[in-house]
Amino acid sequence: MNVNLIGKHEKDSRASRDALALTLNEMMAQDKSICYVDCDLMGCINTKQLMKNYPDRAFEAGIAEANGAGIAAGLAATGKKVFFHSFGTFSSRRCYDQIYMSAAYAGLTVHVLGSDAGVTAAFNGGTHMPLEDAAMYLSIPESTVLDPCDYEQLKSITQQLPGITRGVTFTRFVRKDVIQVYGEGTQFEIGKGVVLHESDKDVCTIVTSGIMVDEALKAYESLQAEGIDVRVIDMFTWKPLDEALLLKAARETGAIVTAENHNTACGLGSVVANCLAHNCPTPQEFVGVQDQFGQVGPQSFLMDEYGLRAPVIVEAVKKVIARK
Amino acid sequence: MKELNVKELQILAARIRLETLKVIHSRGFGHVGGSMDLADLMAVLYGAVMKYNPENPRWPDRDWLVLSKGHAGPVAYATFGLMGFYPLEDAYTLNHPHTHFPSHTDRKLTPGVDLTTGSLGQGVSTATGAALGNKIDGRDNHVFCVVGDGEADEGQVWEGFHFAYAHKLDNIVYFIDNNGYQLDGPTATILDHGDIARKAEAFGLYTQQVDGHDVAAIYNAIVNAYAKKGVPSCIVLNTSKGKGATFAEVSHEHSSQPSEEKWAEALAAAEKALAEAEKA
Ligand SMILES: Cc1ncc(C[n+]2csc(CCOP(=O)(O)OP(=O)(O)O)c2C)c(N)n1
Ligand SMILES: [Mg+2]
Repeated sequence: MNVNLIGKHEKDSRASRDALALTLNEMMAQDKSICYVDCDLMGCINTKQLMKNYPDRAFEAGIAEANGAGIAAGLAATGKKVFFHSFGTFSSRRCYDQIYMSAAYAGLTVHVLGSDAGVTAAFNGGTHMPLEDAAMYLSIPESTVLDPCDYEQLKSITQQLPGITRGVTFTRFVRKDVIQVYGEGTQFEIGKGVVLHESDKDVCTIVTSGIMVDEALKAYESLQAEGIDVRVIDMFTWKPLDEALLLKAARETGAIVTAENHNTACGLGSVVANCLAHNCPTPQEFVGVQDQFGQVGPQSFLMDEYGLRAPVIVEAVKKVIARK
Repeated sequence: MKELNVKELQILAARIRLETLKVIHSRGFGHVGGSMDLADLMAVLYGAVMKYNPENPRWPDRDWLVLSKGHAGPVAYATFGLMGFYPLEDAYTLNHPHTHFPSHTDRKLTPGVDLTTGSLGQGVSTATGAALGNKIDGRDNHVFCVVGDGEADEGQVWEGFHFAYAHKLDNIVYFIDNNGYQLDGPTATILDHGDIARKAEAFGLYTQQVDGHDVAAIYNAIVNAYAKKGVPSCIVLNTSKGKGATFAEVSHEHSSQPSEEKWAEALAAAEKALAEAEKA
């Protein structure tokens, strides 16, 4: 794996959604079997261009997510590779039974996109803040669940999705501003986590994804300053989880902190804990939203409010090391 | 589409009724009411209208059948068996462990089943999606989707109709099995639809209403539907839930578990109905 880590905590000049929209636009030119279904939210993720460029393969289902999910499954039954989008709240909660039965159970692959991951729903507030979307998708058999952190990663994932032909996939992503973590040319593989920092002196591993990757990198820097070596893994692939990488880290560092932009009750922390409990019981601390609802406000406020911050990760690292 | 041969289709319908009873009898209980009332429709579809290939059930140019009211699985299993998709006896494993013939139609398990249904309302959307996919591919085929009148309580049914209208899908025909009953009793006492045909029409569907036990009427309505370009079709079938099952056709019960004696009586009556159809 070729990793070009930038990690300067600087905003990418490109909107995250374009990693999806522009890539999909190119892919649809190449692969005539790709279809796109949206629920009146193309304007939010810049996919109107798909309707313009491929009017016979990009569709509005309107504000009717349950039907939209079924349309997507029906298209898949005719051999199409289908992407289906709404805000993360609605592409999970509003059509869960439809995705579950019409697509997943029926053996039909639909690539579900949930925009505005977690607190990035910001000014749309608690009604629009998906903190349980991944939980729902994690519990569907054969599913793939992804939480990319930046433009390069979302682009790479988008390119890989049509190659998945078993089970439904769910990709939660940020619409607008993201910190650039990776430089161009970084390659990602679904099912493989990315090691961002490691040494043979590591006393703990931070396992994270999405917007929390940058916070984890900041936490790494403060811990370094204090002389504490930690490993940092970007586990954007919640399912399939990179178990080999996780277990190696657990064995070598003996403590785990997970950090996620999601309810910790059933998210990244849970899948990590599940894997560890089965294979290598390891002390773990969970940074993330602690069984709370979302609320309205600027993203920075929400990250403070829910403890989605580097200092919280630092404290969790110290706490878990003490539990060893 | 084959020429209409009323007698042939009536015989086929009687045969489908008998076989549907046998399939459910193999387990002793099941959704008799909503299966039996579709026998005439299935006879018209598989005896005269649809393009299909039992040797190659997923033949891309086939016509599709989606039983959105998935609990009518047994009538499909009987019909597909009669049409040679598999030996009929295979379906006598209905709802046994590891069977390929579950209560609700499942595209992964049964040859001839195009889409998985069971959670009511969903088949309307997936059938509509399939019609859209066929249209993209420029196929000259049709999707037939069967919806229960109780099922039409689900908003998703109307979302699907709305979508089909807006996308001008004239390659789909929805049948509403207007038998007047759902699980808890008469549809009118549970959540009254008023005039369901007018509602379908208001959603932009080219809507016809016919006697769902009159094979000629069903056939002719499909001919009309095929001729109508640019809009999806809806055919409301006025039916009698449980039609042809002696223990269910009076009560219109949703599911049945009759005694062996009652089963024997029903099977004998269905045999007799078949013999009479053949003699007529
Ligand atoms: C979403 C959903 N809710 C409830 C059920 C349980 N259920 C199965 S059949 C049925 C009644 C269906 O009535 P109708 O659609 O009129 O079918 P028919 O009379 O033709 O048998 C119910 C409530 C279900 N399968 N799916
Ligand atoms: Mg009914």
